[in-house]
Amino acid sequence: MISANILAVFYLISGILFILALRGLSSPETSRQGNLFGIIGMAIAISVTILSVGNFTTGFVYLLIFLIIGGSMGAFIAFKIPMTAMPELVAGFHSLVGLAAVFVAISAFLNPEVFNLGSPGNIKIASLIEMSLGAAIGAITFSGSIIAFLKLRGIMSGSPITFIGQHYLNLFLGISIIILIFYLCKTQTSNLFWIIIGISFLLGVLLIIPIGGADMPVVISMLNSYSGWAAAGIGFTLENSALIITGALVGSSGAILSYIMCKGMNRSFFNVILGGWGATDQTATNSSQEQKPVKNGNADDAAFLMKNASSVIIVPGYGMAVAQAQHALREMVDALKKNGVKVSYAIHPVAGRMPGHMNVLLAEANVPYDEVFELEEINNDFANCDVAYVIGANDVTNPVAKSDPQSPIYGMPVLDVEKSKSVLFVKRSLSPGYAGIDNDLFYRDNTLMLFADAKKMTEEIVKSL
Amino acid sequence: MEIDPFIFRLSIFILSIFIGYYVVWSVTPSLHTPLMSVTNAISSVIIVGAIIAALAGDKVNIFDTANIFGYLAIVLAAVNIFGGFLVTQRMLAMYKKKQKDKK
Repeated sequence: MISANILAVFYLISGILFILALRGLSSPETSRQGNLFGIIGMAIAISVTILSVGNFTTGFVYLLIFLIIGGSMGAFIAFKIPMTAMPELVAGFHSLVGLAAVFVAISAFLNPEVFNLGSPGNIKIASLIEMSLGAAIGAITFSGSIIAFLKLRGIMSGSPITFIGQHYLNLFLGISIIILIFYLCKTQTSNLFWIIIGISFLLGVLLIIPIGGADMPVVISMLNSYSGWAAAGIGFTLENSALIITGALVGSSGAILSYIMCKGMNRSFFNVILGGWGATDQTATNSSQEQKPVKNGNADDAAFLMKNASSVIIVPGYGMAVAQAQHALREMVDALKKNGVKVSYAIHPVAGRMPGHMNVLLAEANVPYDEVFELEEINNDFANCDVAYVIGANDVTNPVAKSDPQSPIYGMPVLDVEKSKSVLFVKRSLSPGYAGIDNDLFYRDNTLMLFADAKKMTEEIVKSL
Repeated sequence: MEIDPFIFRLSIFILSIFIGYYVVWSVTPSLHTPLMSVTNAISSVIIVGAIIAALAGDKVNIFDTANIFGYLAIVLAAVNIFGGFLVTQRMLAMYKKKQKDKK
């Protein structure tokens, strides 16, 4: 119905609209318009594809039915999901992209004539390489995202699962996928194709199980990147520029986010992928055995301190998300503002379980985004601030990262919370954070520990204000 | 001498990686979560492959194995497209500026 050239032009247009969708995210004002561009791009891509096939028989009716089934499930999830569950939602969505890539690759393998790739048993070598790579990366994305989803959802323990020879096994599986693709091209045996997909599913599981909870920001970004590369691989197979452009955009976006997250923890990408901080546990926890004096306070003390402060900086972390304390926090800030206190928020790049996790939660609680600052923007302000209110964060405030070269987190950029006149630290116990090390901040003279659930404590403070 | 069309696709791919690199660095860190959900939605453009797989081929037997995989991929990608864009929309609607005139 539509010539191949016109089709390609339309795909290019959707590709450009997708670029504009990402460009829009450079500021919250333009972001909504950007999202609209993305939707238009997608609508164009889908419509011209349907027109190009030009098959408006029974198959088309089924297509609409399946589109509506999937679409309404997606819409339902999008409206129902609580903002705190965003990390697992994103992980779940990545798994779907991965599986869809696998299915399209299988379909192209079974029926290559449709895509002009040759005939079964005699598929063009280049297409075979592209589709097996797309299928393999898609399969890794699928099973890896499922594991990430289970870990984030708490169905599976967030602690790293490791065994001896794990990395060698992964390396072996990775190399065997490449060797099998080579033999697949030589022999065109369909069994090899299924084995490649099977091994890739296994590899996805094995890659993600050794990675612990607080490293999830890196994992999610990495899987985001993989889902892009899988789409690009399929794009090469189908000779579709919209898919190639989008795959490259998504792939590089995920890679950049992984890089930012790794930098936020001062660790190399391989260090994160090859297993967490677990190994340093034994040596690190020793120091917490000795009893050090801790100043313990209650909500009234905290309220008194903050009410009489002129500026307060709030440092949220994953604990705030777990306790769903963002709305209570907002109430507390409103009460403080009425008392003429200047309040701002400091967000560490790896706070929470995915990039930007804290920002979304604060936005949900109606915190204006121009009161929320990144680490580099606000770190110097701690020295001039009266009270730092640390809610659910731990390792990202640990001054040890600046002072002790022996510490596993040495060199990690941290928020200079200890420089403020007093620190209020809401935490359930003195237990160490994810890195398994004691936080020096607990024992400082200017620190007041508030032992309670983040939400309850914040609500009590609101009452006594 | 003719250039293999693969080289053109490879050029598109590599140039798009560069575009992605510069565009994503300009995304403000506070919008990193919407960035992930929107990239997730647009990578579901893989649905175009699924549509071709589902509709093309034998028009009598519409539920050939290859077609079934196409239809399954359509469902998965549709969940992502609608879910991804709508959840992004919902998140972006929450980002508000400070209202100076309030109280």
